[in-house]
Amino acid sequence: MSERSHSLSLDRRSFLKVGVAVGGGLVVDFAIPLAFRPALAQVATSPAFAPNAFIRIDRRNAVTLVMPSVEMGQGIYTAMAMLLAEELDVSLEQVRLEHAPPNNALYGNSVLGEQATGDSTSIRVFWEPLRQAGAVARTVLIEAAAQRWGVDASSCRAARGEVVHPASARRLSYGDLVDAAAALPVPARERVVLKRPEEFSLIGTRVKRLEGPDKVTGRTEYGIDVRVPGMKIAAIAISPVPGGRPKSVNEAAARAVRGVRQIVTIDEAVAVVADHTWAAKKGLKAAAIQWEDGPNANVDSGSIIRQHEEALRQTGVVARHEGDAEKALAGAAQRLDAVYRLPFLAHATMEPMNCTVHWRGNACDIWVGTQVPTRTQARASEMTGLPKEAISIHNHFLGGGFGRRLEPDGNLLAVKIARHVSGPVKVIWSREEDIQHDLYRPYYYDRLSAGLDTKGTPVAWTHRVSGSSIVARWIPAAFQNGLDFDAVQCAADLPYKVPNLHVDYVRVEPPGIQTTWWRGIGATHNVFVVESFIDELAHAARQDPVAYRTALISEARLLGVLTLAAEKAGWGKPLPARWGRGISVQFAFGSYLSQVAEVEVASDGSIRVHRIVCAADCGIVVNPDTIAAQVEGGTLFGLTAALHGAITLKNGRVEQSNFHDYRPMRMDDAPVIETHLVKSTESPGGFGEAPTAAVAPAVTNAIFAATGTRIRTLPIDTALLRSPG
Amino acid sequence: MAFTISINGTAHTADVDADTPLLWVLRDVIGMCGTKFGCGVALCGACTVHIGGVPARSCATPIRSIGDKAITTIEAIGQTPLGKKLQQAWLDLDVVQCGYCQSGQIMSAVALLANTPNPSDADIDAAMAGNVCRCGTYQRIRAAIHRAMV
Repeated sequence: MSERSHSLSLDRRSFLKVGVAVGGGLVVDFAIPLAFRPALAQVATSPAFAPNAFIRIDRRNAVTLVMPSVEMGQGIYTAMAMLLAEELDVSLEQVRLEHAPPNNALYGNSVLGEQATGDSTSIRVFWEPLRQAGAVARTVLIEAAAQRWGVDASSCRAARGEVVHPASARRLSYGDLVDAAAALPVPARERVVLKRPEEFSLIGTRVKRLEGPDKVTGRTEYGIDVRVPGMKIAAIAISPVPGGRPKSVNEAAARAVRGVRQIVTIDEAVAVVADHTWAAKKGLKAAAIQWEDGPNANVDSGSIIRQHEEALRQTGVVARHEGDAEKALAGAAQRLDAVYRLPFLAHATMEPMNCTVHWRGNACDIWVGTQVPTRTQARASEMTGLPKEAISIHNHFLGGGFGRRLEPDGNLLAVKIARHVSGPVKVIWSREEDIQHDLYRPYYYDRLSAGLDTKGTPVAWTHRVSGSSIVARWIPAAFQNGLDFDAVQCAADLPYKVPNLHVDYVRVEPPGIQTTWWRGIGATHNVFVVESFIDELAHAARQDPVAYRTALISEARLLGVLTLAAEKAGWGKPLPARWGRGISVQFAFGSYLSQVAEVEVASDGSIRVHRIVCAADCGIVVNPDTIAAQVEGGTLFGLTAALHGAITLKNGRVEQSNFHDYRPMRMDDAPVIETHLVKSTESPGGFGEAPTAAVAPAVTNAIFAATGTRIRTLPIDTALLRSPG
Repeated sequence: MAFTISINGTAHTADVDADTPLLWVLRDVIGMCGTKFGCGVALCGACTVHIGGVPARSCATPIRSIGDKAITTIEAIGQTPLGKKLQQAWLDLDVVQCGYCQSGQIMSAVALLANTPNPSDADIDAAMAGNVCRCGTYQRIRAAIHRAMV
């Protein structure tokens, strides 16, 4: 999950094989060697070169693509289908998509080390293998046709689901060829030729989402929409203080509610099982649960902040060390010191957490939309003692993921409840449970210092990060020597030339709160910190923020997006009083991005973000409209957090509960967002999370330009921005 | 007690308590899952349906309040000329991302255009601000509403 892990080189070591599908037809398998970076290698549980099955073509020309990544809004189903169809030479109308069953060996994501969708890796990981799978199938189908016609394969070509022999004007559909093709040997590697970019007919075009028609008519089935015969519905209350447990439950009162069937009390929660959700919710209220709060009853935001302040005084684990920053600081003409703080954040997916489970004693079915099907299966197996094969995961479309559904906690809770229920049960979390029992984006508290020479050029930069380690819990094998690579992402790999550089990390685990991935992961934290602090340096050096950055960046692609964003945004053009422009630039997820925000600050301190201009270089673009959609969506996700997002604790309890106090951005607050893409022939970068990270510092830098007030704590406190006049 | 309500032109009977919100009658009792649960307290608009032609948050509409007013849901809105045009505009501009809120968005947009055939951006903002989208599709929703009127 860091940028250094992305030299995947799948092409050279992948191999493919061809076989007969169950029920007839051609199957192309391909194996992805698990190209883990060294730190992740130990996580690998799958043997390298285990075969993957992604493609089925039946005798009726139907092409089925099994989706190893899940669709949660990022457009990956359409993109993956495009990769396949491009090389297979089929029309997208022919392609049918299936959710992959849980199987790390078949569907593992080679960067994440398991079958998971996250870290904006899907296109990076599957860019070559999916095209190869399509190309092998095409090669074999052409070979089969050529043999039938008694002509040389090189005289045939594939087009729109058919093989044609132009010289004799003969043609055969793929469906007519699959049986013969399946009997052929694997083509020699040199005979499987991927298209050159200039030959692409699908890749690079604005293909419409394949699942769009179902989504505008309400037909898409999300996890929460699952209906299994005989299914009951459970409403749940989880201990408001983590580590607490139910002290008393008025079961009689709950049972007296019409439609309530059963009350299930487990260690940390109470579930009321009923014929429908409303009866379950009424039953839960009637149960009037009293809680034993346990050891975390006194945790609050103040104590957590003090814990971080304490941690900042410790020496951190070194993430980057160049030159002698302390000495250079001491000798600098000018010194800057700053502290930056970022809050806990909830995910608040529109589809609240839910999971449907049918426990049968010796087997278990789980219906859910999850980013981690194999992790869910493995944890359920560990918890119940059932073998993995006895646990079936039926994956679904996700009504938003943003990292929340990288955690199996809700699925495991549903299994625990279902073990007490006869027949299937759908466990639905209320929005309040969803927000108060999330695993949160960590709280971060960072301290930075910089030294400038007499010309304003930085000669020293130190950055101490303190915060919870997601890596230590989620990928323990990658937590090496106390360093969390995610916590220092975009800080250790500072894009600016500074000769004396020191970045370190102090792990802080606040009691009674769990943390996890949140859209944009480490970059959302460090890009805010780094891009704000470099802006402080530019101001101290009395230089323009774009010119200052330009002089310190050596990477051409990064400079390219910075320059393009500034140009498209009209950088330098006059603005009214209390309006400002701010810029940010980043390299994250394998993509280069720069954003310019245009912001107005009213005299009461309220902020109006009018316009965001985004320039991106994400290598070869599979679908430019998807990139634009991710710029729009990712930007608003990050902007929502910058303006409103904070989870706080009091008496061990999360204080926020629903959309009135964990505020989402609404249409009337949303800025105009423009996307400008740099043409590139480089391999594709990841993109779903990049804009989320870049937007906050663009906005706070614009606020500084408008008001002279530097925002170093998120969410933005508008009280700091009131006009003195 | 048993309530008979008209959904998309068909009568359905549900034997539930009078305070049961329409959302759960639709989803759990009748099995129509196109209408979504988002917040449960009329803060997000994911559950928007039309009752007597007026947009309503079904999560906060008890079944006893409906009477004989006709209910229209996302499953049938495409059978109206306005619903069909809006769904097509949504597809033309590829509005959806995760899609979970879009049933409610489209139901609100149909109600807006039924009352304000040529809305300004401010009209759209006012009518749609009650519908939350965490994927951030607002810019495209606004454009799709304009497009549906062309």
